[in-house]
Amino acid sequence: MTEQAVTQQAANGPATGTTSSPSSAVDRRDIAEYALRLGDDALVLAQRMGEWVSHAPELEEDVALTNIGLDLLGQARALLGYAGSLTGRTEDELAYFRSDLEFRCAHLMCLPRGDFAATIGRMLVVAAYQWELYERLSESADETLAGIAKKAVKEVAYHLEHARMWTLRLGDGTDESHRRIQVAIDDLWPLVDELFRTDDLEQRLATAGIAVDSSALRGPFDAVIDPILAEATLTRPDVPAAAGGGRHGRPSEHLGHLLAEMQVLARQFPGASW
Amino acid sequence: MESTTPTGAPAVDPAHDASSDAASAEFDAVIAADGRIEPRDAMPDAYRKTLVRQMSQHANSEIIGMQPEGNWITRAPSLMRKAILMAKVQDEAGHGLYLYSAAETLGTSRAEMTDALLAGTARYSSIFNYPTPTWADMGAIGWLVDGAAIVNQVPLCRCSYGPYARAMVRICKEESFHQRQGFEILLTLSRGTAAQHEMAQDAVNRWYAPSLMMFGPPDADSSHSAQSMAWKIKRFSNDELRQRFVDMLVPQAEALGLTLPDEGLRWNEQRGHYDYGELDWAEFKAVLRGEGQCNAQRLTHRRRAHEDGAWVRAAASAYAAKQAAKDDARQEVSAA
Ligand SMILES: [Fe+2]
Ligand SMILES: [Fe+2]
Repeated sequence: MTEQAVTQQAANGPATGTTSSPSSAVDRRDIAEYALRLGDDALVLAQRMGEWVSHAPELEEDVALTNIGLDLLGQARALLGYAGSLTGRTEDELAYFRSDLEFRCAHLMCLPRGDFAATIGRMLVVAAYQWELYERLSESADETLAGIAKKAVKEVAYHLEHARMWTLRLGDGTDESHRRIQVAIDDLWPLVDELFRTDDLEQRLATAGIAVDSSALRGPFDAVIDPILAEATLTRPDVPAAAGGGRHGRPSEHLGHLLAEMQVLARQFPGASW
Repeated sequence: MESTTPTGAPAVDPAHDASSDAASAEFDAVIAADGRIEPRDAMPDAYRKTLVRQMSQHANSEIIGMQPEGNWITRAPSLMRKAILMAKVQDEAGHGLYLYSAAETLGTSRAEMTDALLAGTARYSSIFNYPTPTWADMGAIGWLVDGAAIVNQVPLCRCSYGPYARAMVRICKEESFHQRQGFEILLTLSRGTAAQHEMAQDAVNRWYAPSLMMFGPPDADSSHSAQSMAWKIKRFSNDELRQRFVDMLVPQAEALGLTLPDEGLRWNEQRGHYDYGELDWAEFKAVLRGEGQCNAQRLTHRRRAHEDGAWVRAAASAYAAKQAAKDDARQEVSAA
């Protein structure tokens, strides 16, 4: 996002999409909850990317990781802004004044940043998932969600390509890099399944043409990921899926620590503007 | 990736230093005519060395400068501020990249410049050895440090060395965004709660004098200035630039509702400039010697990032080599 766009968005308040009028049969709270799930995923991951700044293995990668972080943060602001507009809260109230129990992100997003391999492994999985998701969500009957998704799908296509290239370099690079990226994939794999679980709320919205049925994304996701892992000479892990619960108020242990850091200053001065 | 990124650095042709009389006369003529020296032109060795020193120091400053502001990315108090800060620190990484590339046109590789930084033999701006304990430091750095950088760098857009001048044009545009953003952070704090106002004033108190010292020692004590001015690398003296900066700050501080911590600051009708107080050059020298609050921390951070990334760079090189070997094999097959 350009500086101007950042400031503009701030001046206008969150992207509220005034033209959007979801069908009256749909509960606005459902849409807000759905937008929070996607927005929290993006926000928490943006925070993890922010942790990389000035620590990357080379300058070009400092620039690239920050770029990806900025894309995710932009997506988070649009989605949280929309959720807030439906429930009377601002993006900052949602980001800074909810507890970990009120966040709705998947556990995968909360994993600590780890080494470069862990970051690339997660980026590969998340970008492949988000690409399938946003590609379909850009057809949503909810114009605001569709608009956010249309922009996001282009951004995550770049994230996916970036992660794919690095997965190949690390997987088929040195013994050390191969070992590290395989460990990274093994460690995160139990958390992948949660991304593809659906529930009643999502089904209600999917029926109304508003949300994407997450369970329908697993096949397309595998079709993208499996060839990349194979080309990178990596083994797809065969491990039990973790219980998850991030979408329903059963957060990852890591989330509270992340929020403690992210929210500390805002909470020190409640009600202040910045 | 040092090994894979095309840097466009041409090899230095030893015949092209200005050792012959004809070459040296040509160099002098270009400088006298206010022209631009380009990478393949003849130039005196000392000119080349001075530029490599200055440009690599400048690039190093951009890179080390990512740390004090990176310190607040994860704690920025609003999502808008977080986005602006991330974009700013990313710009600084980009500035480092342009400047290393521009310096490479003089025949010194980025890897050599990086090694010198990590070994502690190359400098970076001493300003980044000061810490950023509060959010208001993000405002003070933008307003004062980026502000001083602009005053220093705008004349460099007319520097006699072409690649440096062109890099500066691009960088100065972004630096002026940074300064406005810093000003805006301080303005919001200054007009906020009493605690926020106090935080802003405290940051300005800490950054004011160090930012004035960014222009370097007083002209009387400046060792490199005269030659750099003759070569038209530098266009104004340290004290001239510092004066320009002070004159710019005073009305802006008033607009901010903040006080500049300088008892000697007053309008001098005769000079048509603001007088300002003595700066503590002993402290400046102490920080240069490594006695600042963060000297060791900044270098250790940079070294650790470089060492932690070694296996990643090795992997990228190994992968590139394997791909090249595969391409060669494919070409042989198709040629057979
Ligand atoms: Fe810069
Ligand atoms: Fe800057």
